[in-house]
Amino acid sequence: MAMLLAVLPAHADGTLSWASDGQANVPYVFHDPADQNRLTGFEYEIVQALSRRFGMTPRFIQNDWDGLIPGLQRGLYGMVLDGIEMTPEHAEAVLFSRPYYVTAERITLRRDEPDYDTLEKLHGHVVGTIKDTLAERMLRHDPSITLRSYEEETNAYSDLRDGRLDAILLDGPIAQYYGQTQDDLKVVGAPIGRIAYGIAFAPGNHALHDRVDAALAGLIADGTLHRILARWGLWTPQMANETGDHSTPAVTPSAWDAYRAALAPRVGWRMKLDRYVGFIPLILHGAWLTLAVSALAMVLAVALGLLLALMRAYGPKPVVWAGTLYVEVVRGTPLLIQVLFIFYGLPSLGVRLSPFVAGVIALGLNYAAYEAENYRAGLTSVARGQMEAAIALNLTHRQALRLVIVPQAFRIVVPVMTNDFISLLKDSSLVSVITLTELSETYVRLSATYYDYLGPGLMVGAAYLVLGLPFVRLARWAERRMGRAISSR
Amino acid sequence: MLEARGIAKAFGAHEVLSGVSLDVERGELVSIIGPSGCGKSTFLRCLNLLEQPDRGMIRIEGVEIDRDGPQKRWTRADEAQAHRLRAHVGMVFQSFNLFPHRTVLENVIMAPLAVKNVPRAQATEVARDLLDKVGLKGTADRYPLTLSGGQQQRAAIARALAMKPAVMLYDEPTSALDPEVAEEVLAVMRQLDHDGMTQIVVTHDMRFARAASDRVLFLDHGRVVEEGDPDVMFAHPSDERTRRFLRSVL
Repeated sequence: MAMLLAVLPAHADGTLSWASDGQANVPYVFHDPADQNRLTGFEYEIVQALSRRFGMTPRFIQNDWDGLIPGLQRGLYGMVLDGIEMTPEHAEAVLFSRPYYVTAERITLRRDEPDYDTLEKLHGHVVGTIKDTLAERMLRHDPSITLRSYEEETNAYSDLRDGRLDAILLDGPIAQYYGQTQDDLKVVGAPIGRIAYGIAFAPGNHALHDRVDAALAGLIADGTLHRILARWGLWTPQMANETGDHSTPAVTPSAWDAYRAALAPRVGWRMKLDRYVGFIPLILHGAWLTLAVSALAMVLAVALGLLLALMRAYGPKPVVWAGTLYVEVVRGTPLLIQVLFIFYGLPSLGVRLSPFVAGVIALGLNYAAYEAENYRAGLTSVARGQMEAAIALNLTHRQALRLVIVPQAFRIVVPVMTNDFISLLKDSSLVSVITLTELSETYVRLSATYYDYLGPGLMVGAAYLVLGLPFVRLARWAERRMGRAISSR
Repeated sequence: MLEARGIAKAFGAHEVLSGVSLDVERGELVSIIGPSGCGKSTFLRCLNLLEQPDRGMIRIEGVEIDRDGPQKRWTRADEAQAHRLRAHVGMVFQSFNLFPHRTVLENVIMAPLAVKNVPRAQATEVARDLLDKVGLKGTADRYPLTLSGGQQQRAAIARALAMKPAVMLYDEPTSALDPEVAEEVLAVMRQLDHDGMTQIVVTHDMRFARAASDRVLFLDHGRVVEEGDPDVMFAHPSDERTRRFLRSVL
């Protein structure tokens, strides 16, 4: 239900819907390591403060970084806060508020490395950053630098520690929270350049933009923003200069301290176990979503696949061609493209689907092509004499298909179909690109938050197995039951 | 009750039937014999429109299909007429073609239920009587592939009879069976003949054709070469081709 609500137009009902990529996006918007079911982050707190200011309830919508701006353009939510740099390129695609944070690039190294503390000193080294950022563009200027662009900052910092990178160049808050918190890493040198983050709105959404921007001006003027940033340890001289606010409010960096405490390695299996137990509700939720999407998609695939197979096996020429075209196009293009096309492409044609429905339809339409081929193999393996016998008994063509041919074909394809369902269960991870936090996305989030790819990996892997197992069983049972008639001699 | 006139059928350039005619009286048992590829099976399959003849006319129980008009395409109206005609015709195949996913009883009641909307209880009662009649008491709830070939073929006869046809067509009903098992099937056909059923049998079994038929049709190269009383034809074939064929098979 919540997933369906997510597509209601932004701020239609006294809620302020906003999106960010809350996967390991510390300290912007992320799931509190101390309580994974709770969102936190300095951007999260800014939105809370903004909504309070004009009496709206904020509603958070998770979306992948790549999908944030497309989602804005198709009206999935009203605004985006996710460290989006106010570059001229971005300004062409979205409408920006005034900046809510200004920072600079920082260099992070391993503690055992010499101090490469300027861009010049990175000459000839392997340097990591996040793709499509100011840092990436800066690094491109020096062709001697081997540039590695990442999707997730956690992966970059892992690679730095493992020696796959010599340095990382990233925004101040990221360097602070991912570099400075680690004993074996160090953040060096002076801040480089200037980065301003703005709240992004759909172009033309001046109504919301003007309201939020005015409220943001209020937060800056009355020191609310200052206090939030100070709690996160993010108030910098640069921010003081930008805002002209040189006061020192009596605020301790409590959020920053809390984060460091939560991240401190848990000693003893007991503590670790407690953390893993805390993951269970999230994994269950992810598993439920994975199962729901997969099961509904399979129902669609099995039904549509049969129709396509019948079209191709028994239809008149144009129908045969249409069926063949469908199967070839769907099997010949990547599922990821189809998912993105259905969710982000179709709205241009006036078809707006909720992420859940879009996910089910994309997976269902895709698997229908494969099921159609299975059925077709099944149909052709039903002897021709069966159809003749049915016609001789004066059954209509349609009755012959329904009562005689299809049931036999179905029995033949059941084992294949079960295997397909297991594949579909796994392929359903692709719907994470359209804002659905299913099992795989849950894994990415948990592991990236704690730098722990082992424990959550085993838990999520087990969840997939547990989901798939009953279907393997069910299929074996069905196969035995239905195969009895045909195979027993 | 059955009349076929000038039935012609070609598969591509190869003409399989070149104008075959046949009249069958009610209660008759007619055997069609001839060498392999002579067109006898195709002719039988034309009679209930499993194959659509290119030319000719078929009339069964007053339902007529005429392929001699200018309209050569097989139309929706033709299909509807074929459906009406098939209501009077039952067919039994060489390979039985029972539905393997349904029990014997379900095989027998499927068409009455689906085509004639007979109430299930009534259809089941009729089916049990028919299975009884063909000697398959106690097999109703078994699946076809658990039966012997002879039992399967008798079940197939019961399935065809359940539609209460006026004429039964048999396409080499015993060719897939051992001789002793074939006898079970032939016995059922003799019993039906005795009960007054009209039957047309394409067969290689010359003994059956001679002993049980009222009339025999000898086909060669898509034409009727000779037709008549079995005893006369088997003893004194009038055509050289009939003589040669009978010599080779007897």
